[in-house]
Amino acid sequence: MSAQNGAQNGAQDIVIDVHHLTKKFDGRAVVRDLSMQVKRGTIYGFLGPNGSGKTTTIRMLCGLLTPDEGDGTCLGYDIRTETDKIKNQVGYMTQRFSLYEDLSVRENLEFIARIYGIAKPAAAARAAIERLGLGGREEQIAGELSGGWKQRLALGACTLPSPQLLLLDEPTAGVDPKARREFWNEIHALAADGLTVLVSTHYMDEAERCHEIAYIAYGELLVHGTVEQVIEASHLTTYIVSAEYGEGLSQLSAELTGKPGVDMVAPFGTSLHVSGREAGALEAAIAPYRKRKGLAWKRSEPSLEDVFIDLMGNARDNFQ
Amino acid sequence: MTHLLPTQAPRRLPGDGFWRKTWAVLVKEFIQLKRDRVSFAMIIMIPLVQLMLFGYAINTNPRHLPTAVLLQERSDLARSVLAALRNTDYFKVTQLPRTEAEVDQLLASGTVLFAIEIPANFERAVRRGDKPAILVAADATDPVAAGSALSALSQVLQTALSHDRDVPDSPVMPFEIRTHARYNPAGVTQLNIVPGLVGTILTMTMLIFTALSVTREIERGTMESLLAMPITPVEIMLGKIAPYIMVGFVQASLIIGIGVTLFGVPVVGNLGVLAALSTLFIATNLSIGYTFSTVAQNQLQAMQMSMMFFLPNILLSGFLFPFSGMPTWAQYVGEALPLTHYLRIVRSVMLKGSSVVDLRYDAVALFVLMLVAMTIAVTRFRRTLD
Repeated sequence: MSAQNGAQNGAQDIVIDVHHLTKKFDGRAVVRDLSMQVKRGTIYGFLGPNGSGKTTTIRMLCGLLTPDEGDGTCLGYDIRTETDKIKNQVGYMTQRFSLYEDLSVRENLEFIARIYGIAKPAAAARAAIERLGLGGREEQIAGELSGGWKQRLALGACTLPSPQLLLLDEPTAGVDPKARREFWNEIHALAADGLTVLVSTHYMDEAERCHEIAYIAYGELLVHGTVEQVIEASHLTTYIVSAEYGEGLSQLSAELTGKPGVDMVAPFGTSLHVSGREAGALEAAIAPYRKRKGLAWKRSEPSLEDVFIDLMGNARDNFQ
Repeated sequence: MTHLLPTQAPRRLPGDGFWRKTWAVLVKEFIQLKRDRVSFAMIIMIPLVQLMLFGYAINTNPRHLPTAVLLQERSDLARSVLAALRNTDYFKVTQLPRTEAEVDQLLASGTVLFAIEIPANFERAVRRGDKPAILVAADATDPVAAGSALSALSQVLQTALSHDRDVPDSPVMPFEIRTHARYNPAGVTQLNIVPGLVGTILTMTMLIFTALSVTREIERGTMESLLAMPITPVEIMLGKIAPYIMVGFVQASLIIGIGVTLFGVPVVGNLGVLAALSTLFIATNLSIGYTFSTVAQNQLQAMQMSMMFFLPNILLSGFLFPFSGMPTWAQYVGEALPLTHYLRIVRSVMLKGSSVVDLRYDAVALFVLMLVAMTIAVTRFRRTLD
């Protein structure tokens, strides 16, 4: 499938290759100087807080927005001039359900099959309904489906034309944990078939299911790599303080917050994560508290969430 | 775990697929229309209700018009005229004033719509063959009502007098009816109404249907998906316009059908010519509505734009007021409105039997208006979300 399409630049394993993308709305940069490469067959997680520019970046990749600066290719096609070709090979699942709510499941899928020029649209739609497990619901109006089924239909709709790249914008927002898990199993199955998937999310557990992740905040791509690489690159030292029933932790949290050497204090149930960018400074800062009664201190790997919260704090210092 | 991707990539058809994609949009629009009960009802109800209201209120012969009769003499003939008036459905003699001043007052206040004056020495003059004048004053603010009642009046009077043995039998009327149409001397003829309604109803419904089509996709969030698909603005536009051409055609047939059967409006000209030019007019209005749709920010704005466009169409096209009676500037504006040209077409074909050659100027004008609207729509259509 890959031979006849695009990717003439010798790096046929790089599906997304963009450099220095900047997008401004009313003079305000929503994405700035963003460069990224995504290899074929990977699940690339796109993380970041709300309004960080994830959706804008995805829209630039599939030709829905034109970058103000920067350039690059998607599936080997120029993202400025060859958007028609990109659209033919990309499945884009929008953040908000954007199929026709007054059309039935079958009618929506047939519409898409016709637009993409699939030889037998009715048969293709029927096959997709089978694959999606939507059998028996094909005549149901899309707007009346539950959230989980809607999401499944949307995913089925953007995979129906057999695209080479899937762009999924917060596909699991508002979906229950079981449906989320199934969804991620599907994504992995798709990637195993050679499909490249770029997926944006808020959820840390989802980030950990990606092959590679990128963290974006205030329009800037702050870090990327595998989960381990990202944690490694953070140079964060973390101690987990636990207490029975969490007693005394809020007091400790108040005391530690703002101390030199302590960059982040975050409560997790009956424990507290205390992190610092310099191990020495952190150890010095916490030394007086380690003897306190009822608290158990343990040095640990920072979690992805620790790393992201730290990155976000850093980014805010730099950009605001 | 089932795989979402087809085990074999589905075969894609070769080529650009212009008609195929247009067809895809067309099918989708049709299903959406079918499911939208209110719009569907509108397609049938607007022509029906409008036609019934306009048709029966204005178009049929008026009945029981309140009438005042001023008898300046008490002769047998005068009495038989009065009796004849009382025996018709057209007039209802409600007042018997004694002076002309009283008559004027009754007309001005709207108590009566008609005043008929039998002059003094009427009977003697008729017998002598002097052709005396019966004076009729009509409140012509409703010109259609006044016009048809006036034409009925002469018949009523002639019949009344021919039954009177003392009046010499003569092929010409033994008297003269001198009418004075007050308040609105210009009259619109009955038959103009139904053909005119075809045009106004089509303008209204067609504009609204397409005016909402693009803004609806934006408001419902489906535009983002649509733009991410390999489809061009022209394909979207044609796919969205085409189903409504059929809808418009159904409406036009409905109106003309009712006009012919219920109101006895003739179709003198060729039905094929009428159908072809009506289709052109429908497409022109759809294109204009679609243009509004690409300019407006939301459905409300699109609706307002359609109404703003609809109003001059009604006022300056010759539907309500005779086109030739309008000032020059208004006539120029009127020439830029599709309804103006269509009214000429539909009236000429239905009532005069004109051919396409006779109507080439108006047909070309409609075509140009359509192309201009489509060009604006395609260039205005935003292919990105920028």
